[in-house]
Amino acid sequence: MASTSEAVAGVALADYATALADDALIASHRLTEWVARAPQLEEDVALGNIALDLLGQARMLLQYAGSLLVPPRTEDELAYLRDERAFRNVSLVERENGDFAVTMARLLLFSTYQHELYGRLTASTDETLAAIAAKAVKEVAYHHDHARQWVLRLGDGTPTSRARMQAAVDAEWPWAGELFDASWLDPVLVESGAAVDPGEIESATLVRVRAVVAQATLEVPPEGSAVSNGRDGRHTEALGHLLAQMQHLARSHPGATW
Amino acid sequence: MTPVAAAAVDVRVAVAAVLDPELPMVTIEDLGILRGVTVEDETVRVVITPTYAGCPAMEAIRADIEAAVAAVDPSRRVVVDTVLAPAWSTDDITVEGLRRLAAAGISPPLGSTRGGPTAVRLSVRCPQCGSPDTGELSRFGSTACKSLWVCHACSEPFDRFKEL
Repeated sequence: MASTSEAVAGVALADYATALADDALIASHRLTEWVARAPQLEEDVALGNIALDLLGQARMLLQYAGSLLVPPRTEDELAYLRDERAFRNVSLVERENGDFAVTMARLLLFSTYQHELYGRLTASTDETLAAIAAKAVKEVAYHHDHARQWVLRLGDGTPTSRARMQAAVDAEWPWAGELFDASWLDPVLVESGAAVDPGEIESATLVRVRAVVAQATLEVPPEGSAVSNGRDGRHTEALGHLLAQMQHLARSHPGATW
Repeated sequence: MTPVAAAAVDVRVAVAAVLDPELPMVTIEDLGILRGVTVEDETVRVVITPTYAGCPAMEAIRADIEAAVAAVDPSRRVVVDTVLAPAWSTDDITVEGLRRLAAAGISPPLGSTRGGPTAVRLSVRCPQCGSPDTGELSRFGSTACKSLWVCHACSEPFDRFKEL
């Protein structure tokens, strides 16, 4: 029989895996909203592929989180039957897409963070998290490169594209702070080497993002964070609308398969 | 040879011959996603790994493996396990797999992703006409593992397997 401390550690680990999964799941859903609406056909395909990679991460992480819970939960139960307050994703990824420049600014911030995170998580003392990270980090490198290319083209482009790319960077930047907040994370997970301290990847992430912004001839916005409490389950209005769409089929037709 | 060992040969051959549903010119063994086949008294255990985390073909591959085993050894139960570590890489594609991709007009991945000396990539040759005058249209292609290219000499578009 598992001891109480093992059960507590299991819950903390499940929480951690769920938070990482929710970031990927909600970011994936937002990207799929671009399919058939992107500026060009190739971009529909690209954003659809990136969304699929993120969905794959979310599935692996939710399967793992569900296996740690007592009683165990399936990935579908966790994705489709949790309410808004139980989602642990950062607000950065849940807000409405805005224009294409906003999506690219957000993807640049998020993919750079994920690349730094997963790169370190490959050394996790938790074998499953390390294996998921080793898989994801290679895919995320392509996401980062895609976002970087677009920020460079739009930023160092026409006066209109530059102005819109600058507005997008200004709008998304304050929401990145929550990615590096560690206050929600059980410190035991970091001490044991299972989790990565989000604070430790802040400077490495922002150095890379700032370099892209500068190369795109854009200004780095001044310091300052938005009020963002997604990790605690206190979300912006946008998440409820997203979940209503994402969960509708599974909730209206329980057990539906195709 | 014991009955189990004899069955094991047939089962391994049948599983290794399962085709990838999205790249039906290569088998799952060619692609390097088949990690092992074990035949026990009542069970056949097959271990596979996904190319990309979100690869939607995994469920079809699982069903195809079950059908392939059932065709040669209907008496045993089939268990298909998915492992993530070590993560799949394009380095795992066999020489035969690379040849079959190229023969089907898909430009194969170049060079190793696992350190060591890396060959300088001069250009990607068009799999149709062989011209080195090609360009990338989109980093993301018709499946997660491919990018979309075009040949400037013969004007034909082609898929290219991305290094991973």
